[in-house]
Amino acid sequence: MNQNRFFHHRLETKQLTLAYDGAPVVQNLNLGIPTGKITVLVGANGCGKSTLLRGLARLLKPKSGMVYLDGKAIFQLNAKTVAKKLGMLPQSPTAPEGLTVQDLVAMGRYPYQNWLQQWSSEDEQKVKEALEITNMTELADRALDNLSGGQRQRAWIAMVLAQDTDLLLLDEPTTFLDLSHQVELLDLLYELHEQQGKTIVMILHDLNLSCRYADYLVAVQQGKIYTTGTPEQVMTEEMVRDVFNLECRIVPDPLADTPMCIPMGRKVKLSSSWGDKPPKTFS
Amino acid sequence: MTKQWLIIRPQVLPISWKSDRRVPGVLLILTLITLVAMVISVGYGEYQIAPLDVVKTLLGLPTTNGDYAFIINTLRLPRTIVAFLVGGGMAIAGTITQGITRNPLAAPGIIGVNAGATLAAVTLLVLLPNAPISLLPFAAFVGALTVALLIYLLAWQEGSSPVRLILVGIGFNLIAGALTNLMITFGEINNVSQALVWLAGSVYGRGWSQVLALIPWIGIFGAIAFYLARELNTLNLGDEVARGLGSRVEWQRGLLLLTSVALAGSSVATAGAVGFVGLMAPHIGRQLVGASHEGLLPVAAMMGGMLVVCADLLGRVMFAPLELPCGIITAVVGAPYFVYLLIKNR
Repeated sequence: MNQNRFFHHRLETKQLTLAYDGAPVVQNLNLGIPTGKITVLVGANGCGKSTLLRGLARLLKPKSGMVYLDGKAIFQLNAKTVAKKLGMLPQSPTAPEGLTVQDLVAMGRYPYQNWLQQWSSEDEQKVKEALEITNMTELADRALDNLSGGQRQRAWIAMVLAQDTDLLLLDEPTTFLDLSHQVELLDLLYELHEQQGKTIVMILHDLNLSCRYADYLVAVQQGKIYTTGTPEQVMTEEMVRDVFNLECRIVPDPLADTPMCIPMGRKVKLSSSWGDKPPKTFS
Repeated sequence: MTKQWLIIRPQVLPISWKSDRRVPGVLLILTLITLVAMVISVGYGEYQIAPLDVVKTLLGLPTTNGDYAFIINTLRLPRTIVAFLVGGGMAIAGTITQGITRNPLAAPGIIGVNAGATLAAVTLLVLLPNAPISLLPFAAFVGALTVALLIYLLAWQEGSSPVRLILVGIGFNLIAGALTNLMITFGEINNVSQALVWLAGSVYGRGWSQVLALIPWIGIFGAIAFYLARELNTLNLGDEVARGLGSRVEWQRGLLLLTSVALAGSSVATAGAVGFVGLMAPHIGRQLVGASHEGLLPVAAMMGGMLVVCADLLGRVMFAPLELPCGIITAVVGAPYFVYLLIKNR
């Protein structure tokens, strides 16, 4: 049974406490990341989900407790060994001026290189694949500063893909993207998960897109896990009230049938007091 | 997709390497310009020697005048070689500093390393005028290292952030500059005038002993810099991305900072503060061959060498027979360039 559980969660935390300047942000957290699934962390601003993701990616040393990767304490593993299994993209990373897409994606091969082998055929192959999957081959020679937000984000994704890891941790990969580019990026991640069986953990702000793309949803509230499960289990009016301090209605997404959160707000309450109006139809 | 890169990957050896494909061409052109400037520089002076005779003498071929060998090999050649080494050292130091701070305006001059070297040297010249002149390089190096270590210790907390590094560096620059001024104001006038000449940054009167003292520094630490080129690439993406890629960020940054200090300190020790070379050379290099350090480091180094060799030549030609220190020329060119970069980065 234990063995089974072990394979189910290649990445997990036990009694994890993370702190900035002594103040704990994440406290005594036990979380297993289901292997081969898309996990989305949701929660209000400042609830500690970003800190948790950084802790999972061993960017932050735990104050107490531990993160385990394949059953081993992640901080006792060699940095490059971890980097071959787990890729991390922080929120809105910046590239040096003049760096081309190709140069950036090639840096994803860093954990596989040494001084003698700085550019093996395998490196070249993986970078080529990463550029193709993200549809960036055409733009490979362009400098990152000359690209649109969506293209730039795809270039960064291509860099983590070139890293060739089974686990991908992404901190708000859709920030600063318009809706169509958000969907395009999430589709790309979904295809990666479908075709290559990658385990993806990401933070998203859009609850409806979270429900549509997540297999597993983790609601974080003040450094603790409020609840976890499928979007249907997690996305309740009660959860949104407690975690986001927002009144809402949950209805099925008319296209995907996943839960969809309709926020209430003061404006809706006000207009409903005008009396019952016949429901509008959009066509 | 390989059209941007030059890839070296012999079938028989387990080695592989890549760089921007413009690197060999750019390096060749820079080397040629540097060599031409060196030949003109060596031939120029109170006693003019034709370029052809310079080349012949350097190659050990017989020339019409027996004095040429002495004038060139003993008097003039070491000076231009020092100029080249100092420029190269400062350029590599600047490239590293810009890389690890992720700040295009950073250079050893900006994070206070050069100011520390200058303060130590001026203190020695003013307070201990009888100390042997050979102590000067050591004093400058110790000053540079002290400031760099202090900067790093103060900027360390919770992992050293690039912005903090720059801010602390600017603070040290001001402190070291103020103390240097204090030395100059209260020092004995003869000692001060000697210090002022050195402050401007000059390769005047440098001989083989300076060349031989400088070569190991530039050679060893230049090689370490080239060895760490890929580390510089990952650090340049920011701490979090670098860590995610498996880089031991603090260790690599410390090593690179030490390398940069050794190069800047030994260069300042030999020629004084030849300003703005560490700032300009990496920028021009990036325009020519892109931001990847495998190619950028050698190109920037060659560019820095070329700049100082040319600055030294110009300083002697422009107001002949008066001689301007090369540090004045690089400042005249570098200061507007710095302003241009400031405006561009706003």
